[in-house]
Amino acid sequence: MKTVYTRPKTLKPVSNHYCPGCGHSIIHRLVCELVDEMDMRGRIICIPPAGCAVLAYNYFDFDVCESAHGRGCAIATGFKRAQPDRIIFTYQGDGDMAAIGTAETLHAANRGEKITSIFVNNAVYGMTGGQMAPTTLIGQKTTTSPYGRRTEVEGYPLKITELIATLPGAAYVARTSLANPVKIRETKKAIKKAFEVQISGAGYSLVEVLSPCPTNWNMSPREAFVYLEEIMEKEYPLGVMKDNTAKKDK
Amino acid sequence: MRRDMAAKGKITINQGLCKACELCLTVCPDEAIRLSDSLNEKGYHPAETAKESCRGCALCAVMCPETAIEVYRE
Amino acid sequence: MNKKVLMKGTDALGEAAIRAGCTCYFGYPITPQNEVPEYMSRRMQEVGGVFLQGESEIASINMVLGAAASGMRAMTSSSSPGISLKQEGLSFLAALELPAVIVNINRGGPGLGNIAPSQGDYYQATRGGGHGDYRMPVYAPAYVQELYDITMKSFDVADLYRTPVMILGDGMMGQIVEPISMHERPEVEIPPKDYVLDGAENRPSRIIKSLILDPAEMEEHNWKLKRKYELMAHELPQWEEFMAEDAKLTIIAYGTAARIAKGAVKRARSDGLKVGLLRPITLWPFPEEAIRSLAKKTKLFLVFEMSTGQMLDDVRLAIEGRVPCEFYGRPGGVVPIPQEIARIIERYWLQKEL
Ligand SMILES: Cc1ncc(C[n+]2csc(CCOP(=O)(O)OP(=O)(O)O)c2C)c(N)n1
Ligand code: SF4
Repeated sequence: MKTVYTRPKTLKPVSNHYCPGCGHSIIHRLVCELVDEMDMRGRIICIPPAGCAVLAYNYFDFDVCESAHGRGCAIATGFKRAQPDRIIFTYQGDGDMAAIGTAETLHAANRGEKITSIFVNNAVYGMTGGQMAPTTLIGQKTTTSPYGRRTEVEGYPLKITELIATLPGAAYVARTSLANPVKIRETKKAIKKAFEVQISGAGYSLVEVLSPCPTNWNMSPREAFVYLEEIMEKEYPLGVMKDNTAKKDK
Repeated sequence: MRRDMAAKGKITINQGLCKACELCLTVCPDEAIRLSDSLNEKGYHPAETAKESCRGCALCAVMCPETAIEVYRE
Repeated sequence: MNKKVLMKGTDALGEAAIRAGCTCYFGYPITPQNEVPEYMSRRMQEVGGVFLQGESEIASINMVLGAAASGMRAMTSSSSPGISLKQEGLSFLAALELPAVIVNINRGGPGLGNIAPSQGDYYQATRGGGHGDYRMPVYAPAYVQELYDITMKSFDVADLYRTPVMILGDGMMGQIVEPISMHERPEVEIPPKDYVLDGAENRPSRIIKSLILDPAEMEEHNWKLKRKYELMAHELPQWEEFMAEDAKLTIIAYGTAARIAKGAVKRARSDGLKVGLLRPITLWPFPEEAIRSLAKKTKLFLVFEMSTGQMLDDVRLAIEGRVPCEFYGRPGGVVPIPQEIARIIERYWLQKEL
């Protein structure tokens, strides 16, 4: 029998700390598959966030540099400017990317920094125990929005991906979801494209991945994946928001 | 396609990694996976092969957050 | 002999950094240090290095972190409010043991304060304004030549001990023009940078991290850092003594305040008063030994700072009550003239019947 599916080499053969059904671990695998398939191990550097993915270095068998909460894109900028021929990516949660790190993210994108950001949107602060995130849905209950997010008090879900898509420095911007195997494959394709865009030197690339946090959504993994598809994808429509390289192809 | 004709695949599940999220069960078109009665080291009832109906589509492996599933096909 | 050239403080700083092999500069404008990024933006282009104006001081120090983890000699500069924003980054650099040079052209504070020369950031600089149990070498040059030399040295110290290093000056230090000799970088053997992240080609993957969840392990990391700080405390202290040998009254002052104090000492000496000066060049590690040995000879210490009295604590800790210690301070950006300090000296001389 031939092997159809096996663990990517750069995903260390260890158990991870993520909760059952957490999207982070799926995205980790996709990244490692791409590092293997695109033969990037020898030239890729990851900057994980402060967030549930802070321990990504326990799983990624390639170079990883920790970051303070939200500073990923600035650190990535330092790496990329110092080593323009390396592939640099940040891996960030919604709090990391769209709250405390908004400035670093927007400006890296606007400078057209040749880096890639993988932005894991689970609509809550997972690591710190399920507090409200900038991306929390209207009405969504979290530990710091116990009455549900109210626009008049907490404002609106922040669509940083749409914002970034308006910036000339951003070359590829997409939003995908982990809701089912087809969408997971789409996610992998988008991340692959984002890396290719970086390698081509076209500019900043960003893939926002809608990802479940069953623990802080107070759901079973099964329920969380349904919620992801039926509720979250409504607020955050999927698709490629920008692809400068496609324009050039035409 | 008849089921017995499609059944040409095989999966192995690393039960030590499994956290019983059941996502593989939800995507398997052949109902070839179920949760085991026994517990693994982490205290979960890990996924196991239910019957020989696997066609090797790898949907479970694509879904599995733990990368616990390997898939083979004839 | 190297020919001397007239140079402004900030330019000397920038040029010394370039010649020390600094290839990456990141910074955000703030007066009174804008001449540093301006100089670097010009020179980095010429030498093929990286200059980038970050979107904030926070971004800039994190860009420095990325460049340092890439193995580059990296630098950022700012002034007081901006340095406050860099504190998180400093804590990370210290924890991750990454080399970097951080320049603070101290201005009047707290708050937005003003842009005049001040020494109000002494505590922040020497106590590690960021969180956690860490120290950082802090140099306070007083002359343009010294600024040049210390800038070069800072990069070596940063690499040798794998630590952030701060150069603490003020607007006066930055603006003053003096003749200097622009020597090339001295030969210093730097240990191989085996921590650098540059892609795991034909080697095991590397991790740069400070998250250590196990308290016992974290404690071990803290003690490891502490041992390093002790080594620095032993090897790095630097100071200048001026007419201190027979002084009955010894002024202790650093940076711009020390320049003023020196003028006052000369005046007092011309009036026949045995007054001297000890000028700490490293603020951390503090030259305690030098002060302790002067404490055996002098009758009175007078600490002069352009603040309400911060280094004063370190002086008192060093002399351990052996000799009385007085203080004179002008905070908020006021720069007194030597006559003013000379008057203070005279007053104490008479009061204490020296
Ligand atoms: C400066 C700072 N503020 C706050 C924190 C605490 N903190 C760690 S992770 C986090 C939020 C994590 O949420 P998110 O970025 O959405 O990632 P997730 O854990 O959901 O994947 C916070 C607030 C910190 N580490 N540093
Ligand atoms: S808290 Fe949420 S994001 Fe964090 S590991 Fe658990 S499921 Fe994943």
